[in-house]
Amino acid sequence: MTVIQKKTDHPIAHLTPEDIEQIGIELDAIRQEIVDSRGASDAAYIRRVIKTQRGIELGSRAVLLFSVFPPAWVLGTAGLSIAKILDNMEIGHNILHGQWDWMRDPKIHSTTWEWDHATPAEQWKHSHNEMHHNYTNVIGKDNDLGYGIMRVDEDQTWQPMHLGQPIWNFLNACFFEYGIAAYDLELRGAIARGRTKDPKFRADAKKVVAKIRRQASKDYLVHPLLSLPTGSFLSTLAANFTANIVRNIWAHSVIMCGHFPEGVETFEKRSIEGETKGEWYVRQMLGSANISGSKGMHIMTGNLSHQIEHHLFPDLPSNRYGEIAPKVQALFEKYDLAYCARPLIPQVYSAWHKVVRLSLPNHWLETTNAKNLPRQLTALQAMVTGTPKQRRGMQLALGREAKRLREAKRLREAA
Amino acid sequence: MRQLAEAATTPLVPADFLDLFAPLRAGADLRGRIEQVRAETKDAATLVIRPGADWAGHVPGQYLRIGIDVDGVRQWRAYSLTHGPRPDRRIAITVKAVPDGLVSHHLVHRTRPGTLVHLEQAAGEFVLPPSGGKFLFVTAGSGITPVIGMLRNLFPSTDEGVLRPTRSAAYDVVVIHVAPSRPGSIFIRDLEALERAGAITLVPRYDDVHGVLDVDELPALVPDLAERRTFACGPAGLLDALQEFHDGKGLELFTEQFRTSRVEPGDGGTVAFTDGRTIDADGATPILDAAEAAGVLMPSGCRMGICYGCVLPLAEGSVRDLRNGQVTTAVPGESGAIKVQTCINAAAGPCHLDHH
Repeated sequence: MTVIQKKTDHPIAHLTPEDIEQIGIELDAIRQEIVDSRGASDAAYIRRVIKTQRGIELGSRAVLLFSVFPPAWVLGTAGLSIAKILDNMEIGHNILHGQWDWMRDPKIHSTTWEWDHATPAEQWKHSHNEMHHNYTNVIGKDNDLGYGIMRVDEDQTWQPMHLGQPIWNFLNACFFEYGIAAYDLELRGAIARGRTKDPKFRADAKKVVAKIRRQASKDYLVHPLLSLPTGSFLSTLAANFTANIVRNIWAHSVIMCGHFPEGVETFEKRSIEGETKGEWYVRQMLGSANISGSKGMHIMTGNLSHQIEHHLFPDLPSNRYGEIAPKVQALFEKYDLAYCARPLIPQVYSAWHKVVRLSLPNHWLETTNAKNLPRQLTALQAMVTGTPKQRRGMQLALGREAKRLREAKRLREAA
Repeated sequence: MRQLAEAATTPLVPADFLDLFAPLRAGADLRGRIEQVRAETKDAATLVIRPGADWAGHVPGQYLRIGIDVDGVRQWRAYSLTHGPRPDRRIAITVKAVPDGLVSHHLVHRTRPGTLVHLEQAAGEFVLPPSGGKFLFVTAGSGITPVIGMLRNLFPSTDEGVLRPTRSAAYDVVVIHVAPSRPGSIFIRDLEALERAGAITLVPRYDDVHGVLDVDELPALVPDLAERRTFACGPAGLLDALQEFHDGKGLELFTEQFRTSRVEPGDGGTVAFTDGRTIDADGATPILDAAEAAGVLMPSGCRMGICYGCVLPLAEGSVRDLRNGQVTTAVPGESGAIKVQTCINAAAGPCHLDHH
């Protein structure tokens, strides 16, 4: 993937400014249709999901009081994993987006909701709603592009630490909630710029630590202690740990599918200067990817399987995304744009493939064969140990070599 | 124990789980379950509600605020309690469906028994002194509702007819009830039964029979007016006229009015903040931009209506969504404060934001 503006077959070059404005008008109309028709059945939906989630959580935690018995452990852990996934995805993420603020229910409101997650809702809303949803897929602006620890686009400069990114990504998946908490806190930037003494950072960090402490004592102390009478302390602790990991890996996989798969476009920082609403919409259309699947699948992903629709209308109730998806897809077709949707497994594979591919410098893989492998490895080592300037030189050489190989191949095929 | 329960349920609270099973329990947010919806006239109904365990009781004449979801949106309105305290602890409100009344129509025509509603404790100063005395009630339309609560408490209606307990002997009551016509008049049969039993003196005034009431007719209708304390409940026009009349004669008047004069959304207006600052905002500029331009420090985010980082409680007044023209109106004591996005809403008349 390369920022859209540098591509030879620029996927929006065929759109006139009038087309883009018209896309905006049509999308506004789709939004308004939902706003006009949302009502009692939508309210009943979110209340039902919340009630179900609480029921599952309560039931699973009760079963886990006897987790020393293996069937109870399996049942309780599975239930708790589902409860935590529902809490984070269909409930928490969407309420914190303000999708249900229109109900004016103070208990189901973006300003009052808190979720079963390491990061405090307040901080997540800032980095997610405000930064990511606004600057979606703009290189250098949207930190969700690799979370600052990975390279997920050719136009992000390769650094030696990216060699380990398949491992970082796997660890981030397992402990995703803590990764998100650190990310929302802008921990890495604060350390790099020596801003950890900054009063605002300290206040935010204190809130994160307090939240993590409450979360951890619940899962790793209080519930294990409650299970103590049946001798289930350790098994409940293990069950809760497992449920957290399952939830983390699931959430990470779904979220990777949203913006990392092949076929999703990225954008240059300059391109959003003076961006119109229509242009913003088009960026959201091309910067997101969907997961196709069953209704149950959509609920478990928090309807982020409709990532494209969600990015176009982040504040529409999630249960309505499925309904507008065909209209949105028709709009893509009308304007000859690519609607990126695949089932979960191919989409996760595609995202992981990119993480692995981009862990190496651009063009390194395509210029490597069995014969030149030792030489290429030496070159890679030189890039790892070299200065940034040397790296740039070597990167340019790789680019030239790749171009030469492509040219040679083209000539061979022509002959 | 409580700390343990909180530690076990964080980030939720134990109540979030208990509410699943016992929403009316002691210690819960005050709610009620509608047990019965009884038609009074073709556009009015009495709702019998079982309040939560923490209901603190009420004095006849008081009102309560009730929050009900209409088309999925929580709406709050105030209604008079139309019974005195009952042995079965149930409470009742009587609602008249007013033209364009979103909530009143829903309550009268679409509410089913079993619905859970949100309540606030009874409130209001519109109550009779416990010592008794001579009173005049002037009620118009659904303004009868707080008065019927007082009268039913003084003179309970039973299978054997209206009772006149000794505790009520000290109350001498005249009721002037104003309505467009007799058939559409809520509680008219109750009033007439009270009159027949000799409990009250009823002076009905139907527009279609007697013409529209002029307050100057009062001395003719109630000869001993000067000896009575007047309690009035009805539309603003009538109450204003009564106030002027009573002030002129130096008579005592207690009034109750629920529906504040309707708010007509305008185009632009002044935006007041909690700390007393006021700014002028036109109808095309988001409140966020107008406030910032005037030097008010505002929470903000995407500035395009998607991130909800700018949400503030609108305590009073109307705002208009610049994307689709939708107007949101907050009425104190009725809707309560409504949280609105300041980045896509413009002032639609004077409004007050809870922000400093």
